[in-house]
Amino acid sequence: MSRIAERFASLRDQDERALVVFLSAGDPDLETTDALVVAMAEAGADVIEIGIPFSDPTADGPTIQRSSERGLASGASLRRVLEGVRRVRDRIEAPIVLMGYANPFYAMGGRRFASSAAEVGVDGVIVPDLPPEEGASFFEQLQHEGIDDILLAAPTTTRERMKSLAEATRGFLYYVSLTGVTSARSGLAEGIREGVELAREFTELPVCVGFGISTPEHAREVGAYADGVVVGSAIVDRIEAATTPDEAVDSVALYVAEMKAALRS
Amino acid sequence: MAQSVRKGVRSEPDERGCFGEFGGRYVSETLVAALDELLEATEKIVPSEAFRAQLDELLSSYAGRPTPLSYAERMTEDGRRADPSRGAKVYLKREDLAHTGAHKINNVLGQALLAKAMGKGRVIAETGAGQHGCATATACALLGLDCVVYMGEEDVRRQALNVFRMELLGAQVVAVKSGSRTLKDAINEAMRDWVTNVRDTYYCIGSVMGPHPYPVLVRNFQRVIGLEAREQVQAVEGRLPDAVVACVGGGSNAMGIFHPFVEDDGVRLVGVEPGGEGVHSGRHGATISAGVPGIFHGKRTLVLSDDDGQIFPAHSISAGLDYPGVGPEHAYLRAIGRADYVVADDGEALDAFQYLSKTEGIIPALESAHAIAYTRKLAREMGRDEIIVVSLSGRGDKDVDEVRQILGGSG
Repeated sequence: MSRIAERFASLRDQDERALVVFLSAGDPDLETTDALVVAMAEAGADVIEIGIPFSDPTADGPTIQRSSERGLASGASLRRVLEGVRRVRDRIEAPIVLMGYANPFYAMGGRRFASSAAEVGVDGVIVPDLPPEEGASFFEQLQHEGIDDILLAAPTTTRERMKSLAEATRGFLYYVSLTGVTSARSGLAEGIREGVELAREFTELPVCVGFGISTPEHAREVGAYADGVVVGSAIVDRIEAATTPDEAVDSVALYVAEMKAALRS
Repeated sequence: MAQSVRKGVRSEPDERGCFGEFGGRYVSETLVAALDELLEATEKIVPSEAFRAQLDELLSSYAGRPTPLSYAERMTEDGRRADPSRGAKVYLKREDLAHTGAHKINNVLGQALLAKAMGKGRVIAETGAGQHGCATATACALLGLDCVVYMGEEDVRRQALNVFRMELLGAQVVAVKSGSRTLKDAINEAMRDWVTNVRDTYYCIGSVMGPHPYPVLVRNFQRVIGLEAREQVQAVEGRLPDAVVACVGGGSNAMGIFHPFVEDDGVRLVGVEPGGEGVHSGRHGATISAGVPGIFHGKRTLVLSDDDGQIFPAHSISAGLDYPGVGPEHAYLRAIGRADYVVADDGEALDAFQYLSKTEGIIPALESAHAIAYTRKLAREMGRDEIIVVSLSGRGDKDVDEVRQILGGSG
């Protein structure tokens, strides 16, 4: 069983929902990224998503754009992120997922990336601009190495397409809660529950909801019907607001603990 | 349109929108449904008689088509001076005479009509120097559509006059403050708007790029350049040209003039890329000549990217060629050897800008000046009885002030 599957199975046993957390690698620097990953896992995060900074992050709002720029400035290339995963892998139990735009993966080469990622202990990969039609061969290379390719579904996804996405995804299905880019928002979008229920018709795998989730109230509400929530911009906001790396680690850990508490029933 | 089998050239993409290994749809899941909707519209609405009739009427009575094909007599004679046995005859396809001063209007009239037919009341666009933005604002004013144009903050500053033009035409201009604050970032921001307002917004892309079906949609609206040129050159010369030359940034004027000739083996197709300060300087926009395969702005194509897969900004004296990617069909035509891609640098373009002004009484856009620069060289190498058709994609009025500053002219 993959590390992601194991984690969701144990959450199910304890009747808990998953907290999936996101940060951009190298924001503010790679050393702090290591510390943040470990601190988030210790504070109760169930899945750690590490963002690969990209020059043109079209699916992201201003918060993660700025974070991605800081990551690029501190030299967080895909290669260096893999080195970072190697450093933290044995220090935490939570599965580690890399999230990044297609070009850096392709520039490294799908096969080469997949084998390096498997070797350092990456558990899953999310590529927001790589729908399954285009990603077929890359996803096969990942699966060959035992890495889950986690697909996204959106509010505009048709029923027919939802079926194929839900059947093809590995690890879990990432349901994008709204039409838009990543960003912390005050209110939740409408129709999330219907989207999650539609996905459930076609898969037994967990369905996690992301985009626009930032408060314990959001988490509790979505956790009532989804298997987990993904939080990104709200974490990055705290990293950005901190004046020192230690302060960033403390503030993020506090927030993660608070969010996780809302997902325990 | 029939699929060409000649020389194995593919003149239409496969069902996934790929020309060979280039093209496709690399977009977030949210946009997949919108692209399906657009694809359906391009297959059902665009070929319909009613749509064609409306577009043809606008192209002739509003945009001023057909544009003339002018024989560049003095330029031709100049090319024969050194060696009178050589020097091809040069014809200019005068897109500079179309409304708004460039070929951009062909595409935006088509897409704005399509937006309207699809029931989308809001149109968004990206712009670099402002040419596509002004053209889109024009078409939206004409058809009564709301228009929002994304433009990098750096470009807003450099092209203040075009910002005012767009506002005069009723568009809202949004200055983009992220990344390099130029065209590629304006596209990023337009894509973010589209993903947010996808249900009621039409994204009017300005070149033969983006995810499928945009590269084909834009090309088909620009094909009118090549279709007219083909007919016009045959009318005066009784035969097809030996070469067709056009500048390539994203590549829409080039694809528009190339496409009707793609199946004619005897017609050499030459795209001229911006060499900027020189391809080896790192400051250029020669994506085909010096780029690598990559995934950028929704398609797989040739891009300017570092070893880590990060896209780096292009550079050219002409803002309209300043893009670190290129239309996937160009990447394909290059890969199969059907078209050649060469480079003209900033200095050569600047010379050609002045040359055409003095020799033919036509001030070309700096973009088009790249095509003129290469044509001068090419004509001298070709025989006297050979013919070159050059796409004069736009007029240079917009560049006069910048060139004046570079040359330090009076005034």
